[in-house]
Amino acid sequence: MLGTGLLQGLAVTAKNLVGSFHDPARLPTLEYPEVQPQLPEAYRNFPFLVSESAEDPMGTLRCVACQICEKECPPQCIYIEKSKDKKPDAAGKQQIFPAVFVIDTSVCMSCQICVEVCPFESIKMDQVFAIATTERFGSLLLTREQLAKPNSYYHQIHPTEAAEVDRRLAADRQAAEDKAKAAAAAKSAAPTPPAKPATGGPAA
Amino acid sequence: MTPAAVPPDRWLELAPLQLRDWVTGFLPASLQWLATGLITIVAILAVFGLLFAYLTLAERKILGRIQNRPGPNRTGWFGLLQPFADGVKALTKEDVVPRQADPVLHYLAPVVLVALSLLGFAVIPFGRHLVAVELDAAVLYFFAAGAATELAIFMAGWASRNKYALLAAMRALAQLISYELPLLLAFVPVVMLAGTLSTTAIVAAQGGWTLGVLPHWFVLTPWGFAGFVIFMIAALAESNRSPFDLPEAESELIAGHLTEYSGFKYALFFMAEYFGMCALCGMAVTLFLGGWQAPCAALECIPSYAWFGAKLLTLLLGFIWIRATLPRLRMDQLTRLAWKFLVPLALINLGTAAFWSLTAGWTGGLQLVRWAVALALVAGPFVLLGRRLSRGVAPRVYRYASS
Repeated sequence: MLGTGLLQGLAVTAKNLVGSFHDPARLPTLEYPEVQPQLPEAYRNFPFLVSESAEDPMGTLRCVACQICEKECPPQCIYIEKSKDKKPDAAGKQQIFPAVFVIDTSVCMSCQICVEVCPFESIKMDQVFAIATTERFGSLLLTREQLAKPNSYYHQIHPTEAAEVDRRLAADRQAAEDKAKAAAAAKSAAPTPPAKPATGGPAA
Repeated sequence: MTPAAVPPDRWLELAPLQLRDWVTGFLPASLQWLATGLITIVAILAVFGLLFAYLTLAERKILGRIQNRPGPNRTGWFGLLQPFADGVKALTKEDVVPRQADPVLHYLAPVVLVALSLLGFAVIPFGRHLVAVELDAAVLYFFAAGAATELAIFMAGWASRNKYALLAAMRALAQLISYELPLLLAFVPVVMLAGTLSTTAIVAAQGGWTLGVLPHWFVLTPWGFAGFVIFMIAALAESNRSPFDLPEAESELIAGHLTEYSGFKYALFFMAEYFGMCALCGMAVTLFLGGWQAPCAALECIPSYAWFGAKLLTLLLGFIWIRATLPRLRMDQLTRLAWKFLVPLALINLGTAAFWSLTAGWTGGLQLVRWAVALALVAGPFVLLGRRLSRGVAPRVYRYASS
């Protein structure tokens, strides 16, 4: 009959009105500044630089200033200057480090390509979204001091991903150690090979 | 109703009048009539101004809840200061007038609109003794004043010199002409049965109770119910409320006749819209819901103006509920609903009311026959006309979207 559809519609809205007072599923609003949202693990917005320790972030940056991210970045918001000297990285190996590492967040489009191309697991996506500033230019240009955050923070925001990265890095370190050991073993056995060049046919 | 049947007034009933007389008592006798009039105007402005302010808040809160969000709740306790924050914002905003607009008409339109929409309050009896002006042709005056508001809307649309504003103004006029007829036809049965055009006499005609609990309101008769529903639908259209808010259809007309208005003039348009809505709902209460009469004899101790207020708020909340539910009509659907559905039903309702008034003497078993015939006269045309009009139109078939 004419009008039954109207009554059905009115019933739906009445159900929502009454339900919003007792059913949390009908009032999902979070009152933001007081109630902070529970962000999903995969949420990302802007990149940050991973350092091994929280005490000395500049000394333990994983970044070796290879500039791959700078070249791959589609909107070209990353600027890197290599250091002239080298210093030991977390594994104790002598590496170049970024003397200047700047990201212009007004240009960054949060595509995560820098993260995907980084061979050193040194740049990752952050979850800080309250990034409004009071001026147009200066505060949007993040320096390496502002970008550096410890690995423990990375574990906090992306636990699964961070655990996987740590496992991979540990495996690499293990492989490097094994290789070094093998090389050392080979070196210790080195005096013998030059002694028997005549029999070296099968070694080649 | 004989004067002897009127129960003695309690002091709350007379309190507003005594307060007014106490204030005017300080003035010389020659000025008292003027002061009485001014106090009445100020009281109406204050009460309905506050009602407007809190109605906007209630509307936003209820719309929010219906859309599963809390609504404004930051300004003051539970957002109770929100209307005043809105008022300050509207007052401090820049008032932009287009260079091409007619400055006088552009300025005058909101003022005239508010003034005209306030006129209706003069004849509504808010309580047993609370009516600003007692006119013999009060109902006629009310609808004449109400129809004049559309003139101000057209003024706004014309003076803005904006295509959207002008289109909206023309739509508003078409809507007015379409819905003025069912609105007027819907209250004619009330005038027939009450035998008067005076609002106080119409309310008095609805006094008394059967067995002390069943009020003699017109809405509780078959013709009264049909008239009430037609009246409310037409009132929705007259006050430009959703689902009949075509004159300010955002998706097509930006903001309709409000497009070129900003700041406090914009707020005045909203004020006029809500005043018009309150006045029409107040008239519906007076004509069909027994005005200030209590729903049963035992509840008469509550002052009459409280009952009027409660009924008025119920109707206004119903308007908000409908706004939250129904989508906007198309222009052709709007006029079709008025001319092909509401006007015939209102005309048939005249016949039903005539039958009801002619059979007033029937008693006993004939009373049942009277109710059955009247109900059939109301329900039959509704079902038949509805079926005929929705043939080929409803239920709607979606060719490209699957359900």
